[in-house]
Amino acid sequence: MTGQGTTMPPLTDPAPAVPCFYRVASRREDTGDTVTVELAEPDGPVPAFAPGQFAMLTALGVGEVPISVSGLGDSGGGRARLLQHTLRAVGAVTRALCAAQPGGLIGVRGPFGTGWDVASAAGRDIVIVAGGIGLAPLRPVVLTALADRSRYGRIVLLAGTRTPGDLLYADELERWRRDGVEVAVTVDHAERGWSGEVGLVTALIEPAGLAPGNSVAFVCGPDIMMRVTADALAALGIPAGRIRVSLERNMRCGAAWCGHCQLGPLLVCRDGPVVGYDRAAALMRVREL
Amino acid sequence: MTGTLAARISAHPFFAALTDEQRAALAGDGAAVAFAAGERLFDEGGSADRFWLIEDGSVALDMGVPGRGDQIVETLASGTVLGWSWLHPPYRWHFGAVARLATTAIEFDAPSVRRRCDEDPAFGYAALRLFTPVITERLQATRLRLLDLYASPSQVRQREILQADT
Repeated sequence: MTGQGTTMPPLTDPAPAVPCFYRVASRREDTGDTVTVELAEPDGPVPAFAPGQFAMLTALGVGEVPISVSGLGDSGGGRARLLQHTLRAVGAVTRALCAAQPGGLIGVRGPFGTGWDVASAAGRDIVIVAGGIGLAPLRPVVLTALADRSRYGRIVLLAGTRTPGDLLYADELERWRRDGVEVAVTVDHAERGWSGEVGLVTALIEPAGLAPGNSVAFVCGPDIMMRVTADALAALGIPAGRIRVSLERNMRCGAAWCGHCQLGPLLVCRDGPVVGYDRAAALMRVREL
Repeated sequence: MTGTLAARISAHPFFAALTDEQRAALAGDGAAVAFAAGERLFDEGGSADRFWLIEDGSVALDMGVPGRGDQIVETLASGTVLGWSWLHPPYRWHFGAVARLATTAIEFDAPSVRRRCDEDPAFGYAALRLFTPVITERLQATRLRLLDLYASPSQVRQREILQADT
């Protein structure tokens, strides 16, 4: 175990710069501003996206954004035919992508970057901490662990969200609970009828009764949330190298050519997004220029 | 939860920094209690004459907001301390508290603990050092929640419009 994600080999040919056009096979509204789309590669199986890796998605005529894969679908014969992305409408490109309807075309480049390297947690407990839409890139961690359940110890999922209405994958969370995932959810602002926890996601850590010596943690959410969560997990005794965070920076080329996503010594599109907290901790405290 | 009260207090990490004598003294001011789900522990503005160590269950801190009913501001899980308004005048609860789930706790007689703190400054200092990290941690968590980290740009705009309109 290195404490880092799985590093992809360096890309040397120009193919990663040319998008393939995928058709929107399905579209589901998760929350008021969040949509999950399934994208089908017209000519066969989709590339082997590892959990944690991202694609550059193009809304034609609008622009391109990096979006982590949130799952692979229709995996008959061992090769997935659908790429799943959960998108939040925060700007012009993501608004256009969220509005794409079944049958429409979306440009896809990738896979890019490092993955969560779920397999390296074999024999240990998996601790997943998600903040807001950070649950989307972590969904494949849960699915991978459940698909090979006997390889892992406990699977603990702690999720923080703004309000109960902003919670992603509510149906799936129930299914995961039934499948033995220990799920705890907290909200920043309770609404009438909410009977769950209220508070910061870090408040869920202590009651979870984790075994720090035997846990690997996967954390995704806003930078500050990841920082305080990783610090809390480290304070509990999980070594920083076994705490992984998913960094979000200004990824453009996806192939470490342009340097837009540089963070200290890292080019996040190549050396991230998934990085061990032993490397990320100091970098996450550097103020942006 | 089994074991004598003194043993439960001695075994709990929250009291780890106290000496055996201090823990024994504290046990003299404590009692085991249980609350049914939905049972109210105290009301906002009421006399802050107790505090609790939640052993099992969950308690919601709430505040009545006109037109919106009781709004939950935070929930406290097992292993945490409930109540610090007893530490300082005017010894009134700033929020209400209601058990979310069936909850067991150790309840402490706050005026008695306060008297012990006044009479024995070493005990008082140790007690304050137990509570300060809890207060600090909750303050930091509240500050982070104020940042509204999970809000989308549209939710931030909506909030700004609401703030400007009130």
